[in-house]
Amino acid sequence: MLQQIEGSKAVAETVAACMPDVVCAYPISPQTHIVEALDELTRLGKIGNCQFINVESEFSAMSVAIGSSATGARTYTATASQGLLFMVEPVYNASGLGLPIVMTVANRAIGSPINIWNDQSDSMSQRDSGWIQLYAQDNQSAADLHILAFRLAEELSLPVMVCMDGFILTHAMEEIDVAEPELVQKFLPKFTPRQVLDPQDPVSIGAMVGPEAFTEVKYLGHFKQLKALEIIPELSQEFEKVFARSAGGPDDYKGLVTKYHLEDAEVVLVALGSVLGTIKDAVDEHRKNGVKAGAMGITSFRPFPLDEVRKSLKHAQKIVVVERAFAPGVGGIVSSNIRTALSGIDIKMSTVVAGLGGRPITLKSISELVDKALYGSLPEFSFMDLDVELVERELERNLLTRRSGPMAENLLKDLGSR
Amino acid sequence: MSTPLKFYQVGSFAVGNRLLGDDQLSVQSRSDRTNSLTSGHRACQGCGEALGARYVMDAAMAATDGKVIAVNATGCLEVFSTPYPETSWRLPWMHSLFGNAAPVATGVAFALKAQGRSDIRVVAQGGDGGTVDIGFGPLSGMFERNDDVLYVCYDNEAYMNTGVQRSGATPPAARTNTTHAVGANPGASFTQGKNLPKIAMAHGIPYVATASVSDLHDLEAKVTKAMSIRGARYLHVLVPCPLGWGTRSEETIKLARLATESGLFPIYEAEYGTITERKKIRKQVPVDEYLQIQKRFAHLFGPKGNREYLNAIQAIADRNIAEFGLLGDAE
Repeated sequence: MLQQIEGSKAVAETVAACMPDVVCAYPISPQTHIVEALDELTRLGKIGNCQFINVESEFSAMSVAIGSSATGARTYTATASQGLLFMVEPVYNASGLGLPIVMTVANRAIGSPINIWNDQSDSMSQRDSGWIQLYAQDNQSAADLHILAFRLAEELSLPVMVCMDGFILTHAMEEIDVAEPELVQKFLPKFTPRQVLDPQDPVSIGAMVGPEAFTEVKYLGHFKQLKALEIIPELSQEFEKVFARSAGGPDDYKGLVTKYHLEDAEVVLVALGSVLGTIKDAVDEHRKNGVKAGAMGITSFRPFPLDEVRKSLKHAQKIVVVERAFAPGVGGIVSSNIRTALSGIDIKMSTVVAGLGGRPITLKSISELVDKALYGSLPEFSFMDLDVELVERELERNLLTRRSGPMAENLLKDLGSR
Repeated sequence: MSTPLKFYQVGSFAVGNRLLGDDQLSVQSRSDRTNSLTSGHRACQGCGEALGARYVMDAAMAATDGKVIAVNATGCLEVFSTPYPETSWRLPWMHSLFGNAAPVATGVAFALKAQGRSDIRVVAQGGDGGTVDIGFGPLSGMFERNDDVLYVCYDNEAYMNTGVQRSGATPPAARTNTTHAVGANPGASFTQGKNLPKIAMAHGIPYVATASVSDLHDLEAKVTKAMSIRGARYLHVLVPCPLGWGTRSEETIKLARLATESGLFPIYEAEYGTITERKKIRKQVPVDEYLQIQKRFAHLFGPKGNREYLNAIQAIADRNIAEFGLLGDAE
């Protein structure tokens, strides 16, 4: 049923419809509204016998999830930013153990400097944690991807992160069709764990593994990720049959990527998450002016759909990757994966780091990227809307005096005196 | 039996005491014990932790009709029991990380609750490092929420698995590989340390107890009692470590007994934050007697010894004896 609803609330109601047995929560913005709503739904008895646990840290949130999932319970939690970093050790443990936990990451910048606003440096830091990572482009897909995530996680016995841009999606009111529990039941069967702690059939889980089998265990984690590349399209198709829409949102292609005017596109903008909306507007604008622009979104970042990306981009002349995180000292993160997909194909590619710490990515700035890409003035790696004057002033201060003081505070002071 | 037996009547604390009636026999002396931590594991000779864990788990199994799920922190117990493809655990057992045995056990407990399996119980276990240091915050959370978990700490007073380094439970003056017995202040510092049983009591949880491998009958009884209670329970067991303490492997039980008889390790039980039982010292011994047979305290003895430190340690024992009322006839 269509309703005006906040993104977080839509996610919470969708997760509730998936009937988790255990939900554990530790507050961190901008994820809080999701677990707040789940607490209420649990208390109202809307999620069966679901147990809602307020833990004392994200480290414990993921640890509770590990214990619960290993006992055969469908388990969910949500986090963001520093919270995701605080649970990194059990995050890796969960994937290594092959536990099908589903977690929402309400994408938010990582400090220092402390910043509560959106970028994707948090989930990007966990790209190699062994979790599947799905990125939502809007609130409908943010909600729907959770249903897909539970099914996928449980089929593969692998944890799944659903990443949605903090505030931009979590706190936005939109018209959403929150999945009906009856339909969810049709799509998502009862959880049958591959491994379970059961006194009737005792097993040891989490034993020490030495060089004789560690590589093989890790290989199987990789194998399962590759298997997900086959299963995601199948599940997406099934999802579409049950819910009459695609889980990946508009322009979805097999749940792996989204394709917008790619057929004849000469300039292609690539991105993950909510910025795709602005990017598609920019594409429309340029198309009106006769420029053959297109956009590709990556829904499944882990596993990375190398073949689909290659097929989608190989005819492009210029590629611009818009990234909400980067690898300091090197450059782009998503773009290096795209380079791998396009290996052997010579296409000019630029990486633009945008929207860090909540800086708005405007239609104007995106549109300019297309122009710059076309006229060859876009460098290989750049920061969108970088305040060059602010940066240079601090660099100059560093040269003039050894004890130049705290950097972030200097910049804010300079801004204040403008 | 008209007169209740006192164990010292036979001069021993032997758990399989033949003078006992059938209902008083220890779990470990029964042929139907579960051998939850079975033989063949890789613990050192004389390992107090292996002994303690075996008694704890068999008693927990006996108290629950064999329905226990065990969660283990990283540490000696985890490493020596599961060098796959071998496992010594004959019950469902899980190891996740060093610092998260308590919350993983919480997860197991809530999963069971969601599934309506109130018959299956959860026991988490870790060493002192995993308990008083790296797992402390999560353990406190488990206490505060009163999650239905028995957490057992096997305290050997240092990080033995990583090669004997100081933990928050290492006693003053003890030599470890991060508190060398050299310099002006040899060994571990005289700080407050972290008295986890008392901290657990401050959480007001239903049951807290200390126990020792020198009195295995008492250890079993405490596990049995703990399993009859719901909510967060904490059991702190002193387990001497021949490797880390520099002691003879056949003296593990003796050392555990001397720790108690000197007053350095009080044995007691508490319910909802109030002490309900304490084990009286049978024959008080000076701390010297306990310390001098341990190489980790060797620098306190001999011609270059340190009477000042020994006096300070004796003062700690005396404070314990006064605080817990450890002298006098058994109540």
